[in-house]
Amino acid sequence: MDLNELVSTSGEWLRGSGPESDIVISSRIRLARNLAEFPFISRATQQDRTEIENTLRDRVLEVQESGELEYVNVNDLKVIDRQFLVERQLISREHAESEGARGVAIARNEQVSLMINEEDHLRIQVMHSGLDLQSAWEQIDQIDSLLAQTVNFAYHPKLGFLTACPTNVGTGLRVSVMLHLPALVITRQIDKVFRSLQKISLAVRGLYGEGSQAMGDFYQISNQITLGKKENDLVKQVGDIVPKLIEYERKARDFLVRESHENLHDKVARAYGILRTAQTISSEETMHLLSSVRMGVNLGLIEDLQIPLLNELFIHTQPAHLQKLRGVELDTADRNIERARYLRRHLNKSNGDEAN
Amino acid sequence: MKCQQCNKTATFHITELTKGKPQELHLCEEHARQYLTQEEEPAVAPSLAGVLAQQLAVGQTAEELAKLDQRACPVCGITFYEFRNQGRLGCPYDYVCFQAELDPLIVNIHGETEHVGKKSARFPEGTEKRTQLIRLRREMKEAIDDEDYELASKLRDDIRKIEESPPSKKK
Repeated sequence: MDLNELVSTSGEWLRGSGPESDIVISSRIRLARNLAEFPFISRATQQDRTEIENTLRDRVLEVQESGELEYVNVNDLKVIDRQFLVERQLISREHAESEGARGVAIARNEQVSLMINEEDHLRIQVMHSGLDLQSAWEQIDQIDSLLAQTVNFAYHPKLGFLTACPTNVGTGLRVSVMLHLPALVITRQIDKVFRSLQKISLAVRGLYGEGSQAMGDFYQISNQITLGKKENDLVKQVGDIVPKLIEYERKARDFLVRESHENLHDKVARAYGILRTAQTISSEETMHLLSSVRMGVNLGLIEDLQIPLLNELFIHTQPAHLQKLRGVELDTADRNIERARYLRRHLNKSNGDEAN
Repeated sequence: MKCQQCNKTATFHITELTKGKPQELHLCEEHARQYLTQEEEPAVAPSLAGVLAQQLAVGQTAEELAKLDQRACPVCGITFYEFRNQGRLGCPYDYVCFQAELDPLIVNIHGETEHVGKKSARFPEGTEKRTQLIRLRREMKEAIDDEDYELASKLRDDIRKIEESPPSKKK
Protein backbone atom coordinates (compact mmCIF):
# COMPACT_ATOMS: atom_id res chain seq x y z
CA MET A 1 0.00 0.00 0.00
CA ASP A 2 1.26 3.45 -0.83
CA LEU A 3 0.81 5.30 2.45
CA ASN A 4 1.24 8.58 0.61
CA GLU A 5 -2.21 8.10 -0.87
CA LEU A 6 -3.67 8.33 2.63
CA VAL A 7 -1.77 11.44 3.65
CA SER A 8 -4.03 14.08 2.18
CA THR A 9 -7.30 12.68 3.58
CA SER A 10 -8.35 12.64 7.22
CA GLY A 11 -9.24 8.98 7.64
CA GLU A 12 -12.39 7.38 8.96
CA TRP A 13 -12.12 8.32 12.61
CA LEU A 14 -12.02 12.07 11.97
CA ARG A 15 -14.38 12.10 9.00
CA GLY A 16 -16.71 14.09 11.24
CA SER A 17 -19.97 12.58 10.08
CA GLY A 18 -22.46 10.19 11.56
CA PRO A 19 -24.92 10.62 14.43
CA GLU A 20 -23.95 13.03 17.26
CA SER A 21 -20.64 13.70 15.53
CA ASP A 22 -20.13 17.07 17.24
CA ILE A 23 -19.36 15.09 20.42
CA VAL A 24 -18.94 11.45 19.37
CA ILE A 25 -15.92 11.27 17.09
CA SER A 26 -15.83 7.56 16.33
CA SER A 27 -17.05 4.10 17.36
CA ARG A 28 -14.50 1.33 17.42
CA ILE A 29 -14.66 -2.40 18.11
CA ARG A 30 -11.79 -4.83 18.29
CA LEU A 31 -11.49 -8.57 18.71
CA ALA A 32 -8.37 -10.35 20.02
CA ARG A 33 -7.64 -13.79 18.54
CA ASN A 34 -4.72 -16.23 18.64
CA LEU A 35 -3.76 -19.24 16.57
CA ALA A 36 -4.11 -22.43 18.61
CA GLU A 37 -0.91 -23.99 17.32
CA PHE A 38 1.55 -21.23 18.20
CA PRO A 39 2.76 -19.80 21.50
CA PHE A 40 1.57 -16.31 22.39
CA ILE A 41 3.84 -13.48 21.27
CA SER A 42 5.91 -13.33 24.49
CA ARG A 43 7.13 -16.91 23.92
CA ALA A 44 7.23 -16.88 20.12
CA THR A 45 10.56 -17.31 18.33
CA GLN A 46 11.36 -15.21 15.25
CA GLN A 47 10.45 -18.24 13.16
CA ASP A 48 7.10 -18.59 14.97
CA ARG A 49 6.37 -14.91 14.34
CA THR A 50 7.15 -15.27 10.65
CA GLU A 51 4.92 -18.36 10.34
CA ILE A 52 2.09 -16.67 12.24
CA GLU A 53 2.35 -13.64 9.97
CA ASN A 54 2.38 -15.73 6.80
CA THR A 55 -0.58 -17.88 7.88
CA LEU A 56 -2.73 -15.00 9.04
CA ARG A 57 -1.85 -12.66 6.18
CA ASP A 58 -3.09 -15.16 3.61
CA ARG A 59 -6.29 -15.93 5.52
CA VAL A 60 -7.07 -12.33 6.32
CA LEU A 61 -6.67 -11.17 2.73
CA GLU A 62 -9.22 -13.78 1.59
CA VAL A 63 -12.02 -12.19 3.61
CA GLN A 64 -14.04 -10.06 1.20
CA GLU A 65 -16.27 -8.56 3.90
CA SER A 66 -13.44 -6.33 5.09
CA GLY A 67 -13.57 -4.35 1.86
CA GLU A 68 -10.59 -3.94 -0.45
CA LEU A 69 -7.59 -4.76 1.75
CA GLU A 70 -3.97 -3.75 1.39
CA TYR A 71 -1.22 -5.44 3.39
CA VAL A 72 1.51 -3.37 5.03
CA ASN A 73 4.65 -5.05 6.39
CA VAL A 74 5.09 -2.96 9.54
CA ASN A 75 8.52 -4.42 10.29
CA ASP A 76 9.88 -3.01 7.02
CA LEU A 77 8.38 0.45 7.50
CA LYS A 78 10.38 3.50 8.42
CA VAL A 79 9.74 4.90 11.90
CA ILE A 80 7.87 7.88 10.47
CA ASP A 81 5.50 5.63 8.51
CA ARG A 82 4.74 3.53 11.60
CA GLN A 83 4.04 6.72 13.50
CA PHE A 84 1.79 7.82 10.65
CA LEU A 85 -0.31 4.65 10.99
CA VAL A 86 -0.56 5.20 14.76
CA GLU A 87 -1.77 8.78 14.27
CA ARG A 88 -4.25 7.37 11.79
CA GLN A 89 -5.48 4.89 14.45
CA LEU A 90 -4.82 1.99 12.09
CA ILE A 91 -2.20 0.34 14.30
CA SER A 92 -1.53 0.64 18.03
CA ARG A 93 1.48 2.33 19.53
CA GLU A 94 2.58 -1.06 20.89
CA HIS A 95 2.42 -2.56 17.38
CA ALA A 96 4.46 0.33 15.96
CA GLU A 97 7.14 0.15 18.61
CA SER A 98 7.63 -3.62 18.97
CA GLU A 99 10.12 -5.68 16.98
CA GLY A 100 10.08 -8.67 14.67
CA ALA A 101 7.76 -9.95 11.94
CA ARG A 102 4.44 -8.12 12.03
CA GLY A 103 2.02 -6.36 9.73
CA VAL A 104 -1.40 -4.92 9.19
CA ALA A 105 -4.10 -5.35 6.56
CA ILE A 106 -5.94 -2.10 6.01
CA ALA A 107 -9.19 -1.52 4.15
CA ARG A 108 -9.03 1.32 1.63
CA ASN A 109 -11.82 3.19 3.42
CA GLU A 110 -9.87 2.75 6.68
CA GLN A 111 -12.87 1.25 8.49
CA VAL A 112 -11.19 -2.13 8.96
CA SER A 113 -7.66 -2.94 10.05
CA LEU A 114 -6.28 -6.35 10.99
CA MET A 115 -3.08 -6.21 13.02
CA ILE A 116 -0.89 -9.32 12.99
CA ASN A 117 1.55 -10.02 15.84
CA GLU A 118 0.43 -7.26 18.14
CA GLU A 119 -0.11 -8.29 21.79
CA ASP A 120 -2.15 -11.15 20.37
CA HIS A 121 -1.56 -12.90 17.04
CA LEU A 122 -4.52 -11.10 15.52
CA ARG A 123 -6.33 -7.94 16.47
CA ILE A 124 -9.29 -7.14 14.26
CA GLN A 125 -10.50 -3.55 14.39
CA VAL A 126 -13.57 -1.95 12.84
CA MET A 127 -14.00 1.79 13.19
CA HIS A 128 -16.95 3.89 12.09
CA SER A 129 -17.32 7.64 12.21
CA GLY A 130 -19.78 9.05 14.78
CA LEU A 131 -21.93 6.92 17.09
CA ASP A 132 -22.40 3.70 15.16
CA LEU A 133 -21.52 0.75 17.41
CA GLN A 134 -24.16 -1.68 16.24
CA SER A 135 -23.16 -1.74 12.59
CA ALA A 136 -19.47 -1.81 13.56
CA TRP A 137 -20.21 -4.91 15.67
CA GLU A 138 -22.12 -6.60 12.85
CA GLN A 139 -19.24 -6.00 10.46
CA ILE A 140 -16.53 -7.31 12.80
CA ASP A 141 -18.66 -10.31 13.80
CA GLN A 142 -18.97 -11.30 10.16
CA ILE A 143 -15.24 -10.90 9.48
CA ASP A 144 -14.41 -12.99 12.56
CA SER A 145 -16.85 -15.76 11.62
CA LEU A 146 -15.45 -16.01 8.12
CA LEU A 147 -11.88 -16.17 9.43
CA ALA A 148 -12.86 -18.87 11.93
CA GLN A 149 -13.78 -21.14 9.01
CA THR A 150 -10.16 -21.36 7.89
CA VAL A 151 -8.19 -20.58 11.06
CA ASN A 152 -7.98 -22.54 14.33
CA PHE A 153 -8.34 -19.91 17.01
CA ALA A 154 -7.20 -20.78 20.55
CA TYR A 155 -10.39 -21.54 22.45
CA HIS A 156 -11.28 -23.08 25.80
CA PRO A 157 -14.70 -24.68 26.45
CA LYS A 158 -15.19 -22.69 29.65
CA LEU A 159 -13.08 -19.56 29.15
CA GLY A 160 -13.82 -18.88 25.51
CA PHE A 161 -11.21 -17.25 23.27
CA LEU A 162 -7.77 -17.36 24.88
CA THR A 163 -5.64 -14.23 24.86
CA ALA A 164 -2.09 -13.35 25.90
CA CYS A 165 -3.42 -11.21 28.74
CA PRO A 166 -6.20 -12.56 30.99
CA THR A 167 -7.86 -9.11 30.86
CA ASN A 168 -9.07 -9.91 27.31
CA VAL A 169 -10.07 -13.57 27.73
CA GLY A 170 -13.56 -14.79 26.78
CA THR A 171 -14.95 -12.61 24.01
CA GLY A 172 -11.67 -10.80 23.30
CA LEU A 173 -13.95 -7.85 22.66
CA ARG A 174 -13.16 -4.20 23.32
CA VAL A 175 -15.92 -1.73 22.48
CA SER A 176 -14.93 1.92 22.54
CA VAL A 177 -16.25 5.32 21.62
CA MET A 178 -14.10 8.40 21.22
CA LEU A 179 -15.70 11.52 22.65
CA HIS A 180 -14.79 15.19 22.47
CA LEU A 181 -15.56 16.62 25.93
CA PRO A 182 -14.05 20.11 26.19
CA ALA A 183 -16.86 21.65 28.30
CA LEU A 184 -16.63 18.89 30.92
CA VAL A 185 -12.90 19.59 31.11
CA ILE A 186 -13.35 23.38 31.47
CA THR A 187 -16.02 22.99 34.15
CA ARG A 188 -13.77 20.47 35.94
CA GLN A 189 -16.44 17.81 36.03
CA ILE A 190 -14.51 15.33 33.94
CA ASP A 191 -12.81 13.48 36.80
CA LYS A 192 -16.10 13.02 38.58
CA VAL A 193 -17.65 11.58 35.44
CA PHE A 194 -14.74 9.21 34.98
CA ARG A 195 -14.81 7.98 38.53
CA SER A 196 -18.46 7.08 38.13
CA LEU A 197 -17.68 5.29 34.84
CA GLN A 198 -14.98 3.23 36.54
CA LYS A 199 -17.47 2.13 39.14
CA ILE A 200 -19.53 0.48 36.41
CA SER A 201 -16.44 -1.22 34.93
CA LEU A 202 -15.88 1.16 32.05
CA ALA A 203 -12.35 2.33 31.29
CA VAL A 204 -11.35 5.82 30.19
CA ARG A 205 -8.27 6.45 28.10
CA GLY A 206 -6.73 9.27 26.11
CA LEU A 207 -6.53 9.67 22.36
CA TYR A 208 -4.00 6.97 21.55
CA GLY A 209 -5.09 4.27 23.98
CA GLU A 210 -3.49 2.83 27.07
CA GLY A 211 -1.54 5.33 29.10
CA SER A 212 -1.87 8.13 26.59
CA GLN A 213 -2.80 11.61 27.72
CA ALA A 214 -6.16 13.10 26.96
CA MET A 215 -4.89 15.27 24.12
CA GLY A 216 -7.29 17.80 22.67
CA ASP A 217 -9.99 16.78 25.18
CA PHE A 218 -10.55 13.52 23.31
CA TYR A 219 -11.46 10.58 25.53
CA GLN A 220 -12.07 6.91 24.79
CA ILE A 221 -14.65 5.06 26.85
CA SER A 222 -14.49 1.27 26.70
CA ASN A 223 -15.58 -1.90 28.45
CA GLN A 224 -13.21 -3.35 31.03
CA ILE A 225 -14.83 -6.79 31.27
CA THR A 226 -14.58 -9.28 28.41
CA LEU A 227 -15.73 -12.52 30.06
CA GLY A 228 -19.15 -13.72 31.21
CA LYS A 229 -21.21 -11.40 29.04
CA LYS A 230 -22.49 -11.77 25.51
CA GLU A 231 -20.92 -9.57 22.84
CA ASN A 232 -24.19 -7.76 22.22
CA ASP A 233 -24.51 -6.92 25.91
CA LEU A 234 -20.99 -5.50 25.98
CA VAL A 235 -21.76 -3.37 22.93
CA LYS A 236 -24.96 -2.22 24.63
CA GLN A 237 -23.20 -1.46 27.92
CA VAL A 238 -20.89 1.05 26.23
CA GLY A 239 -23.58 2.27 23.83
CA ASP A 240 -26.05 2.98 26.64
CA ILE A 241 -23.70 5.26 28.54
CA VAL A 242 -22.87 7.45 25.55
CA PRO A 243 -26.19 9.39 25.44
CA LYS A 244 -25.68 10.26 29.12
CA LEU A 245 -22.18 11.58 28.47
CA ILE A 246 -23.47 13.57 25.50
CA GLU A 247 -26.12 15.03 27.76
CA TYR A 248 -23.57 16.00 30.45
CA GLU A 249 -21.31 17.61 27.86
CA ARG A 250 -24.24 19.55 26.34
CA LYS A 251 -25.35 20.70 29.79
CA ALA A 252 -21.81 21.86 30.56
CA ARG A 253 -21.71 23.74 27.24
CA ASP A 254 -25.11 25.35 27.96
CA PHE A 255 -23.86 26.34 31.39
CA LEU A 256 -20.76 27.97 29.92
CA VAL A 257 -22.79 29.82 27.28
CA ARG A 258 -25.26 31.00 29.91
CA GLU A 259 -23.07 31.74 32.91
CA SER A 260 -19.76 32.79 31.42
CA HIS A 261 -20.45 33.63 27.83
CA GLU A 262 -17.76 36.32 27.65
CA ASN A 263 -15.07 34.09 29.14
CA LEU A 264 -16.01 31.25 26.85
CA HIS A 265 -16.14 33.45 23.76
CA ASP A 266 -12.83 35.00 24.77
CA LYS A 267 -11.19 31.59 25.24
CA VAL A 268 -12.42 30.38 21.88
CA ALA A 269 -11.49 33.60 20.06
CA ARG A 270 -8.02 33.67 21.59
CA ALA A 271 -7.44 30.03 20.64
CA TYR A 272 -8.50 30.83 17.07
CA GLY A 273 -6.27 33.91 17.09
CA ILE A 274 -3.19 32.00 18.21
CA LEU A 275 -3.71 29.23 15.69
CA ARG A 276 -4.03 31.81 12.89
CA THR A 277 -0.97 33.83 13.79
CA ALA A 278 1.55 31.68 15.71
CA GLN A 279 5.01 31.33 14.15
CA THR A 280 6.00 28.16 16.04
CA ILE A 281 3.68 25.81 17.88
CA SER A 282 3.88 22.36 19.51
CA SER A 283 1.58 19.48 18.74
CA GLU A 284 0.12 19.56 22.30
CA GLU A 285 -0.70 23.26 22.19
CA THR A 286 -2.23 22.84 18.74
CA MET A 287 -4.50 20.04 19.96
CA HIS A 288 -5.49 22.05 22.99
CA LEU A 289 -6.37 25.15 20.97
CA LEU A 290 -8.07 23.25 18.16
CA SER A 291 -10.25 21.65 20.82
CA SER A 292 -11.48 25.09 21.97
CA VAL A 293 -12.04 26.22 18.40
CA ARG A 294 -13.93 23.02 17.58
CA MET A 295 -16.29 23.60 20.48
CA GLY A 296 -16.59 27.27 19.45
CA VAL A 297 -17.69 26.26 15.96
CA ASN A 298 -20.21 23.77 17.37
CA LEU A 299 -21.64 26.50 19.61
CA GLY A 300 -21.83 29.06 16.81
CA LEU A 301 -19.16 31.33 18.34
CA ILE A 302 -17.05 31.01 15.22
CA GLU A 303 -18.96 31.16 11.97
CA ASP A 304 -16.37 31.14 9.22
CA LEU A 305 -15.04 27.63 9.88
CA GLN A 306 -16.32 24.15 9.08
CA ILE A 307 -15.92 21.07 11.30
CA PRO A 308 -14.42 18.85 8.56
CA LEU A 309 -11.53 21.31 8.09
CA LEU A 310 -10.92 21.35 11.85
CA ASN A 311 -10.97 17.56 12.06
CA GLU A 312 -8.48 17.48 9.24
CA LEU A 313 -6.22 19.93 11.08
CA PHE A 314 -6.28 17.72 14.18
CA ILE A 315 -4.74 14.89 12.20
CA HIS A 316 -2.62 16.82 9.71
CA THR A 317 -0.74 18.69 12.44
CA GLN A 318 0.38 15.45 14.14
CA PRO A 319 4.15 14.97 13.78
CA ALA A 320 4.23 12.18 11.19
CA HIS A 321 1.39 13.62 9.09
CA LEU A 322 3.02 17.02 9.04
CA GLN A 323 6.32 15.59 7.83
CA LYS A 324 4.70 13.39 5.20
CA LEU A 325 2.64 16.32 3.91
CA ARG A 326 5.79 18.43 3.68
CA GLY A 327 7.66 15.52 2.10
CA VAL A 328 10.73 15.79 4.35
CA GLU A 329 11.72 14.65 7.83
CA LEU A 330 11.96 17.52 10.30
CA ASP A 331 13.29 17.82 13.86
CA THR A 332 11.01 19.08 16.65
CA ALA A 333 11.91 22.75 16.25
CA ASP A 334 11.40 22.71 12.48
CA ARG A 335 8.16 20.77 12.90
CA ASN A 336 6.82 23.46 15.21
CA ILE A 337 7.58 26.13 12.60
CA GLU A 338 6.10 24.04 9.80
CA ARG A 339 3.00 23.30 11.92
CA ALA A 340 2.40 27.01 12.56
CA ARG A 341 2.82 27.71 8.85
CA TYR A 342 0.39 24.93 7.96
CA LEU A 343 -2.22 26.21 10.42
CA ARG A 344 -1.90 29.82 9.20
CA ARG A 345 -2.27 28.75 5.61
CA HIS A 346 -5.41 26.69 6.23
CA LEU A 347 -7.16 28.86 8.79
CA ASN A 348 -6.62 32.15 7.00
CA LYS A 349 -7.60 30.76 3.63
CA SER A 350 -11.11 29.93 4.80
CA ASN A 351 -12.13 33.55 5.38
CA GLY A 352 -10.28 35.05 2.48
CA ASP A 353 -7.34 36.63 4.31
CA GLU A 354 -3.91 36.58 2.82
CA ALA A 355 -1.97 33.47 3.74
CA ASN A 356 1.06 33.84 6.06
CA MET B 1 8.79 32.68 37.77
CA LYS B 2 8.34 31.05 34.37
CA CYS B 3 6.68 27.73 33.69
CA GLN B 4 9.21 24.91 33.30
CA GLN B 5 7.59 23.75 30.08
CA CYS B 6 6.91 27.04 28.29
CA ASN B 7 7.41 30.77 28.59
CA LYS B 8 4.21 31.62 30.43
CA THR B 9 4.16 32.65 34.06
CA ALA B 10 4.08 29.73 36.47
CA THR B 11 0.94 29.97 38.57
CA PHE B 12 1.01 26.42 39.92
CA HIS B 13 3.72 25.25 42.29
CA ILE B 14 3.59 21.54 42.91
CA THR B 15 5.77 19.57 45.30
CA GLU B 16 6.02 15.92 44.36
CA LEU B 17 7.48 13.28 46.66
CA THR B 18 9.45 10.80 44.58
CA LYS B 19 11.39 8.14 46.47
CA GLY B 20 11.05 10.22 49.65
CA LYS B 21 12.64 13.29 48.08
CA PRO B 22 10.63 16.44 47.43
CA GLN B 23 10.74 17.67 43.85
CA GLU B 24 9.38 21.09 42.95
CA LEU B 25 7.45 21.79 39.79
CA HIS B 26 6.54 25.26 38.55
CA LEU B 27 3.93 25.23 35.83
CA CYS B 28 1.49 27.50 34.02
CA GLU B 29 -2.19 26.65 34.25
CA GLU B 30 -2.21 24.73 30.99
CA HIS B 31 0.79 22.56 31.79
CA ALA B 32 -0.37 22.05 35.36
CA ARG B 33 -3.66 20.76 34.04
CA GLN B 34 -1.84 18.43 31.65
CA TYR B 35 0.46 17.23 34.41
CA LEU B 36 -2.32 16.60 36.89
CA THR B 37 -4.68 14.82 34.52
CA GLN B 38 -1.83 12.63 33.36
CA GLU B 39 -1.26 11.56 36.97
CA GLU B 40 -4.88 10.51 37.34
CA GLU B 41 -4.98 8.46 34.17
CA PRO B 42 -6.04 4.92 35.11
CA ALA B 43 -3.27 2.49 34.33
CA VAL B 44 -4.28 -0.94 33.11
CA ALA B 45 -1.12 -3.04 33.24
CA PRO B 46 -0.14 -2.20 36.86
CA SER B 47 -3.64 -3.00 38.04
CA LEU B 48 -3.27 -6.53 36.73
CA ALA B 49 0.04 -6.92 38.55
CA GLY B 50 -1.53 -5.36 41.63
CA VAL B 51 -4.48 -7.69 41.64
CA LEU B 52 -2.17 -10.63 41.17
CA ALA B 53 0.18 -9.59 43.98
CA GLN B 54 -2.72 -9.00 46.32
CA GLN B 55 -4.26 -12.32 45.55
CA LEU B 56 -1.03 -14.28 45.93
CA ALA B 57 -0.25 -12.65 49.27
CA VAL B 58 -3.36 -14.20 50.75
CA GLY B 59 -2.85 -17.60 52.34
CA GLN B 60 0.57 -18.36 50.91
CA THR B 61 3.92 -18.48 52.63
CA ALA B 62 7.01 -17.00 51.00
CA GLU B 63 8.25 -20.54 50.47
CA GLU B 64 5.11 -21.57 48.63
CA LEU B 65 5.31 -18.45 46.50
CA ALA B 66 8.91 -19.12 45.55
CA LYS B 67 7.94 -22.64 44.55
CA LEU B 68 5.00 -21.41 42.51
CA ASP B 69 7.23 -18.87 40.74
CA GLN B 70 9.45 -21.69 39.48
CA ARG B 71 6.64 -23.77 38.06
CA ALA B 72 6.82 -23.87 34.28
CA CYS B 73 4.26 -24.65 31.58
CA PRO B 74 5.15 -28.02 29.98
CA VAL B 75 4.09 -26.70 26.57
CA CYS B 76 5.70 -23.27 26.15
CA GLY B 77 8.12 -23.30 29.10
CA ILE B 78 7.04 -19.99 30.62
CA THR B 79 7.47 -19.87 34.42
CA PHE B 80 4.82 -18.44 36.68
CA TYR B 81 7.38 -15.82 37.71
CA GLU B 82 7.76 -14.67 34.10
CA PHE B 83 4.00 -14.35 33.70
CA ARG B 84 3.70 -12.46 36.98
CA ASN B 85 6.47 -10.13 35.87
CA GLN B 86 5.28 -9.28 32.38
CA GLY B 87 1.53 -9.82 32.77
CA ARG B 88 1.40 -11.82 29.54
CA LEU B 89 0.94 -15.57 29.21
CA GLY B 90 3.09 -17.77 26.99
CA CYS B 91 0.60 -20.05 25.25
CA PRO B 92 -3.04 -21.21 25.34
CA TYR B 93 -2.11 -24.16 27.58
CA ASP B 94 -1.11 -21.78 30.40
CA TYR B 95 -4.82 -21.35 31.08
CA VAL B 96 -4.92 -25.08 31.87
CA CYS B 97 -1.64 -25.59 33.72
CA PHE B 98 -1.93 -22.42 35.84
CA GLN B 99 -5.68 -22.75 36.24
CA ALA B 100 -5.64 -22.74 40.04
CA GLU B 101 -3.73 -19.44 40.09
CA LEU B 102 -5.52 -17.82 37.17
CA ASP B 103 -9.09 -18.59 38.24
CA PRO B 104 -9.19 -16.14 41.16
CA LEU B 105 -7.39 -13.54 39.05
CA ILE B 106 -9.98 -13.91 36.30
CA VAL B 107 -12.84 -13.58 38.79
CA ASN B 108 -11.18 -10.47 40.14
CA ILE B 109 -10.91 -8.86 36.71
CA HIS B 110 -14.19 -9.96 35.16
CA GLY B 111 -16.42 -10.96 38.05
CA GLU B 112 -17.27 -14.10 36.08
CA THR B 113 -15.64 -17.42 35.24
CA GLU B 114 -17.53 -18.64 32.20
CA HIS B 115 -17.65 -17.46 28.63
CA VAL B 116 -21.21 -17.06 27.38
CA GLY B 117 -20.54 -15.25 24.10
CA LYS B 118 -19.74 -16.37 20.60
CA LYS B 119 -18.43 -19.93 20.31
CA SER B 120 -15.49 -21.16 18.29
CA ALA B 121 -16.39 -22.73 14.97
CA ARG B 122 -13.73 -25.41 15.58
CA PHE B 123 -14.22 -26.50 19.14
CA PRO B 124 -13.45 -29.09 20.53
CA GLU B 125 -10.79 -30.47 18.16
CA GLY B 126 -9.23 -27.03 17.87
CA THR B 127 -7.08 -25.97 20.73
CA GLU B 128 -6.06 -29.09 22.65
CA LYS B 129 -4.55 -30.96 19.74
CA ARG B 130 -2.97 -27.89 18.19
CA THR B 131 -1.35 -27.04 21.50
CA GLN B 132 0.82 -30.15 21.09
CA LEU B 133 2.40 -28.42 18.10
CA ILE B 134 3.71 -25.64 20.34
CA ARG B 135 5.47 -28.19 22.56
CA LEU B 136 6.80 -30.25 19.65
CA ARG B 137 8.19 -27.21 17.82
CA ARG B 138 9.89 -26.02 20.99
CA GLU B 139 11.39 -29.47 21.60
CA MET B 140 12.56 -29.61 18.00
CA LYS B 141 14.30 -26.26 18.31
CA GLU B 142 15.96 -27.42 21.53
CA ALA B 143 17.06 -30.66 19.85
CA ILE B 144 18.62 -28.67 17.01
CA ASP B 145 20.36 -26.37 19.50
CA ASP B 146 21.75 -29.52 21.20
CA GLU B 147 22.75 -30.89 17.78
CA ASP B 148 20.58 -33.97 18.40
CA TYR B 149 19.46 -34.18 14.77
CA GLU B 150 18.02 -37.68 15.11
CA LEU B 151 15.54 -36.47 17.73
CA ALA B 152 14.88 -33.29 15.74
CA SER B 153 13.94 -35.23 12.63
CA LYS B 154 11.62 -37.53 14.63
CA LEU B 155 9.93 -34.46 16.13
CA ARG B 156 9.60 -32.88 12.69
CA ASP B 157 7.74 -36.01 11.50
CA ASP B 158 5.41 -35.79 14.50
CA ILE B 159 4.72 -32.13 13.74
CA ARG B 160 3.92 -32.88 10.09
CA LYS B 161 1.51 -35.62 11.14
CA ILE B 162 -0.53 -33.24 13.26
CA GLU B 163 -0.31 -30.41 10.73
CA GLU B 164 -1.66 -32.61 7.96
CA SER B 165 -4.42 -34.21 10.00
CA PRO B 166 -7.93 -32.82 9.63
CA PRO B 167 -9.47 -30.44 10.55
CA SER B 168 -6.42 -28.19 10.45
CA LYS B 169 -7.01 -26.95 6.92
CA LYS B 170 -10.65 -27.24 6.02
CA LYS B 171 -10.45 -26.19 2.41
